[in-house]
Amino acid sequence: MGFFYYVTRRLALALPTLFGVSVICFTLTYLLPGNPAMVKAGPFATPEHLAEMERQMGLDRPWPEQYFRYVSGTVRGDLGESASTGRPVSQDFLQRLPATLELNLASLLIAIVVGIPLGVLSAVHRDTFIDHLGRVVGIAGVAMPSFLTGLLFVYVFFYMLNIAPSPLGRLESGIEPPQHVTGLYVIDSLITANWTTLRSSLHQLMLPAATLGLSAIAPVARMVRSTMLEILESDYIKAAWAAGLPRRTVIYRDALRNALIPVITISGIVFGFLMAGNAVVESVFSWPGIGNYAVTALLTKDSAPIQSFILFVAVTCVIVNLAVDIAYGLVDPRIRLS
Amino acid sequence: MSESLFVSSSTALTLMWQRLKQNPLSFAALCVIVLIATAAIFAPLVAPYAPDATDATAALESPSWRHPLGTDEYGRDQLSRIIFAARVDLVVAFAATLIAVTIGGLLGAILGYSRGWADMVAMRAVDALMAFPAFVLAMGITAGLGNSTTNVAIAISITQIPAYLRLTRGEMLRLREMEYADAARTVGNPTWRIVLIHLLPNCLPPLIVQATLATGFALLTMASLSFIGLGIQPPQSEWGVMAAEGASQIVTGEWWLFLFPGLAIMISVLAFNLVGDGLRDLLDPRMRGVR
Repeated sequence: MGFFYYVTRRLALALPTLFGVSVICFTLTYLLPGNPAMVKAGPFATPEHLAEMERQMGLDRPWPEQYFRYVSGTVRGDLGESASTGRPVSQDFLQRLPATLELNLASLLIAIVVGIPLGVLSAVHRDTFIDHLGRVVGIAGVAMPSFLTGLLFVYVFFYMLNIAPSPLGRLESGIEPPQHVTGLYVIDSLITANWTTLRSSLHQLMLPAATLGLSAIAPVARMVRSTMLEILESDYIKAAWAAGLPRRTVIYRDALRNALIPVITISGIVFGFLMAGNAVVESVFSWPGIGNYAVTALLTKDSAPIQSFILFVAVTCVIVNLAVDIAYGLVDPRIRLS
Repeated sequence: MSESLFVSSSTALTLMWQRLKQNPLSFAALCVIVLIATAAIFAPLVAPYAPDATDATAALESPSWRHPLGTDEYGRDQLSRIIFAARVDLVVAFAATLIAVTIGGLLGAILGYSRGWADMVAMRAVDALMAFPAFVLAMGITAGLGNSTTNVAIAISITQIPAYLRLTRGEMLRLREMEYADAARTVGNPTWRIVLIHLLPNCLPPLIVQATLATGFALLTMASLSFIGLGIQPPQSEWGVMAAEGASQIVTGEWWLFLFPGLAIMISVLAFNLVGDGLRDLLDPRMRGVR
């Protein structure tokens, strides 16, 4: 009963948020340049033709009705049409989503693999050189604009050392994409045992993932450090010390396991972080994902893709946070009861 | 205990100053901010060249005594451009923060004090706004409002309002139940007076900390927006714009074009973060030692 009640309550809380998100996105549509009717009617349309178009598209209807249309359209997957590619935005999105997903997952992996040990070491060696170093790395990672990290990587590893490929997309030129299974090139080429493509895709992924991952290390490390400190002070750890358990067992088995629970929470926040950093990093590396798609649309004042990108990111964040909260309630029963 | 006695015997400002001096890192960071701000204010006197003075004979020069940070493809002096750019970057960051603190703080104070249905509706709106990653929302708003310095400031402030609103509301919910709030009500003060004069000043310490950290974040957001071509447009000197211009020269090896504007952003953001951290230790003794 407890868990079911918790999930229901959490779901009910997400609904008003989603409603608010849709209202904000709808309002943005009105702000965004480029009247959709004008886009559809073409540059040579007469005023009468334009008015006819507006009537057809329902743009002359009252606001609440337009909002309802907008929401029902979105729910059915109709995100409008991109003026520059001339295709439905939903199609463009589906095509580019795997690239973004691949980049974000790789970055999240880097952030976790580096961030957790960094946080543990900082907590265990509190106020020593390691802790200070961890703090500096954390603050620098947050203060460094991701485009600077990306450009530095490109300059050092591509221009100077020539060990990274040119920052242009997911595969070196001349290499065929793997057979489509998940859309993630690394995974697809692994499944189909296509080693040349695997090598190339990893090679291309390396720098953008490191760039995006670097910005997310700090929140992970900080979270692990503070929970770890709290746990190291707790009674059960003191009891473990008193019982004479070896240091390694106390820190890595007893303390770390509990310190990892809040990492679930932070992963939701990190995901938002990555989604936001995405647009910049994708445009530095010409990564053909949805962030880059939105940035290109911004420059050509193509409103449907921008608006869909913003809506997509926000809705994904709400869903990820919801999933994170539910997962959290699952691992930590104390949360459900509070 | 002795600490609270100390507070009452000394003015808050001198105390802040004394404590800040004891935290060398935050103090150094504060000096950096003051230095950058001073250079920005006196830019025409400090900068060796005019920011838009082209010199075809000195195009794409690497850093030298004559041009300490090198020149771009039109022979413009990078150092001078970075100094002048600080004006735009700092003004927008401060303006955005100021707007957000004022609106967020006031709204949060009123909502937290009055509670009721308006508070509930507003908090759901805040939840919705916070569902957007700040940068993505700023992107959408700037795209909607159009590319101008003012619009960037407005967009960034909108993304920051929820944080202040939540913070002040939370403090207010706690403060309104305090005995001195009861006392203020008992002697018949009007509500606005209780909120603004009696309670709001006590919300200020966390607001100041948040505002300092947010100023750094505002800088980062603005630079990233202009890097992807939104907001502030070339030929206006702005750090993100300059880094974007430099990015195209990276394949020919002109590293000074992207690196120095990027470093300018990084150093400023770092400085605001460190001062914010220092202020948190100062203003909120409970947070001391917690990072």
